Amino acid sequence: MPNVPLSQIAHGRSGDKGNHANIAIIAYTDAGFAWLKQHLTAEVVAAYFAPLGASRVERLEAPNVRGLNFMLYDVLAGGASRSLRTDTQGKTLALALLRMMVEWEEPTPPSSFSSRREEEKEKATRS
Amino acid sequence: MKRIRIGNGCGFWGDNLDAPVRLAEAGQLHYLTLEYLAELTMSILAVQKAKDGSVGFATDFIAVLGRLIPVLKQQLGLKIVTNAGGMNPRVCAREAKEVVAQVDPEKQIAVVSGDDLLPHLDELLANGHTLNHLDTGQPLSSIRDKVVSANAYLGAKPIVEALKLGARVVITGRVADASLTVGPAAHEFGWDFDDAHLDRLAAATVAGHLIECGAQATGGLWINANDSTRLADVGYPIAEIAEDGSFTISKPEGTGGAVNIETVSEQLLYEVADPARYFTPDVTANFTTVKLAQVKPEVVSVTGGTANGVTDTYKVSAAYRDGFMSAGTLVIAGPNAAWKARRSGEIILEKLKQAGFTFAESNVEVLGAGDCVPGVVNASADPPEVVLRVAVRDPRKAAVERFTKEFAPLVTSGFPGTTGYTTGRPPVREVFAYWPALIAKSAVTPIVEVV
Repeated sequence: MPNVPLSQIAHGRSGDKGNHANIAIIAYTDAGFAWLKQHLTAEVVAAYFAPLGASRVERLEAPNVRGLNFMLYDVLAGGASRSLRTDTQGKTLALALLRMMVEWEEPTPPSSFSSRREEEKEKATRS
Repeated sequence: MKRIRIGNGCGFWGDNLDAPVRLAEAGQLHYLTLEYLAELTMSILAVQKAKDGSVGFATDFIAVLGRLIPVLKQQLGLKIVTNAGGMNPRVCAREAKEVVAQVDPEKQIAVVSGDDLLPHLDELLANGHTLNHLDTGQPLSSIRDKVVSANAYLGAKPIVEALKLGARVVITGRVADASLTVGPAAHEFGWDFDDAHLDRLAAATVAGHLIECGAQATGGLWINANDSTRLADVGYPIAEIAEDGSFTISKPEGTGGAVNIETVSEQLLYEVADPARYFTPDVTANFTTVKLAQVKPEVVSVTGGTANGVTDTYKVSAAYRDGFMSAGTLVIAGPNAAWKARRSGEIILEKLKQAGFTFAESNVEVLGAGDCVPGVVNASADPPEVVLRVAVRDPRKAAVERFTKEFAPLVTSGFPGTTGYTTGRPPVREVFAYWPALIAKSAVTPIVEVV
């Protein structure tokens, strides 16, 4: 069952590119970023924003800042120049996405023993 | 090691008027940049200029420059680079010269222009520069008679030329926002616009991108901003750039706001499509190689920005007349505020239909019930009051004008709890639709002059 809002895992910011919007979602932790990469797909985001009528959604990655960048094409009802919406520039889309309820559990930090064991296992598989 | 401090005191036309002065006073800057031109600003300025040849630039800048005079007197090395010239950079520069003459009649003001394609538009089209819409592929000829402005985004090169001429103030028309920072950095470090310097140009582009929206890099819009962020005293951003292109982002000491990995990474991806390919006229920058580190409180170091080639095109932003629009609001109090508001919006449109007016497009929003992101975010409870906002767009100005007269009647003929009609009839504005395109760099000639 979805138990937490996405805002517990990530922060973000959104804005416009003509009639398109971008939503950057940035994980707070490496574990959070791994979760995002697996679960926050372009399809999931497209379904979430379906009422806005985007023509397509593309996901791009900026792993250096633990970021996923979603491009929502033709989503702004005309964009800043002619959209009749209040939010002509998609400024609130990131906040809307961060409200999404998701199933996530904060990973408990591994004990030094088990993490050492993981490292050894990794070494073994490498060699 | 030489480091250049570039501060951006204005993120758009309409930004805080005191910020440039405060930043210049406290920022120990070599350069103050001021960015005034959003996508749509140029079309508004173009229409202004068509009516009156003495306007068509960001007039706020002249007032700001006047207030900067004491700082310019004290800090003789401080230079200003701004795109305040808009559609009329020469007139802007003449006015700026009168202001600056008070402190430094010797120092030059330089103008960068050539971005305005409107005077040569038919020649360009005739020569096969079709300026196809970047999304739809349609040629610009399909809307030629409605075009009010068409500007190429110039790069940093002409800014460097202007600085080489000894300008203390550089006033440009349309220039890529990041280039306002790249220009001073390239000038100071002697970077050429060649392959050997592409990575450094890219790194400076990252710096320009981070500071171009003013306080958005320093706590503005930060998801975790709270009272301790002190946004009322928010400091504007400073990029301190080294010869190798590495830089820090900071803000004047003691100011409010925040500079941390979160604020900087949010801004790094702001209004970016592919983070590996951020297109500017100077270089295509790769933001995914950038490394951020908090080196001390309120200072983030940014290293590793790299180039991903360079294009042979400039982006063009054109605008064309696309009818008229208006949006009006009423406040509706509960119970059932959201339902009453939505019905009230429908009633407005229904009454207009009875009077013989339908519109090319209309939109009813119930703000307070989730309509900022309609259908996605919903109110969890019955809000005590909401804002009803109704907007229409149509080619006929008279129809839109008639629309603006249909809000007041609801104060007596609508649902109970209808209020908030104190600002009078909403204004009607002309719509200038956005037309993004590309043009070969060879078809555009940047012009640098000293006034």
